Amino acid sequence: MEIVQIVAISIIAVILVVLIRQYRPEIALQISVVTGLLIFLLIIFKLASVLEELQMFSRQINIDLVYISTIFRIVGIAYIAEFGAQVCKDAGENAIASKIELAGKVIILVLAVPILMALMDLIKNIIS
Amino acid sequence: MDVNIIFKIGAIGILVAALYLVLKNTGREELALMAALGGLVVVLMMVITLINELFNNVRALFQLY
Repeated sequence: MEIVQIVAISIIAVILVVLIRQYRPEIALQISVVTGLLIFLLIIFKLASVLEELQMFSRQINIDLVYISTIFRIVGIAYIAEFGAQVCKDAGENAIASKIELAGKVIILVLAVPILMALMDLIKNIIS
Repeated sequence: MDVNIIFKIGAIGILVAALYLVLKNTGREELALMAALGGLVVVLMMVITLINELFNNVRALFQLY
């Protein structure tokens, strides 16, 4: 019952954050960051097994490994960008948060270009 | 899982808040500011190691770079 654990951690953290925010808002922010990190570290091991399974499946049906690893990278970048943006939003800095999101989108776009090119090649081959 | 770090940071926060109020009320404004800054730095040191762990985990898991 990991969800019970996670909810318990979150409730304790929220109580502490609300208590401390009136006196020291910067330390309250740190607590919320740490809570997010702890929850992520709790669930990352489950995610790892799922990713491994996906990789094995893709090897079985002979998909090019480049595509699968690109998708994994995109998910990782999306997660990190989301995390940073949420922290900034928590601190009330919406401008920096949206810049982080923009940067994440651009980097994902750069990563996705090879896949797009492969698709274009395929379309070209079908047409000609 | 070390949930203890949340309690540790909470304790530091409450301690720093109390110290800040006491020092401010006794008229030592600059010392109060130093206490606040010191508390922030201590907490930041704890958080940075966790953030590093997160980044390393994500990097290993999603094969970034």
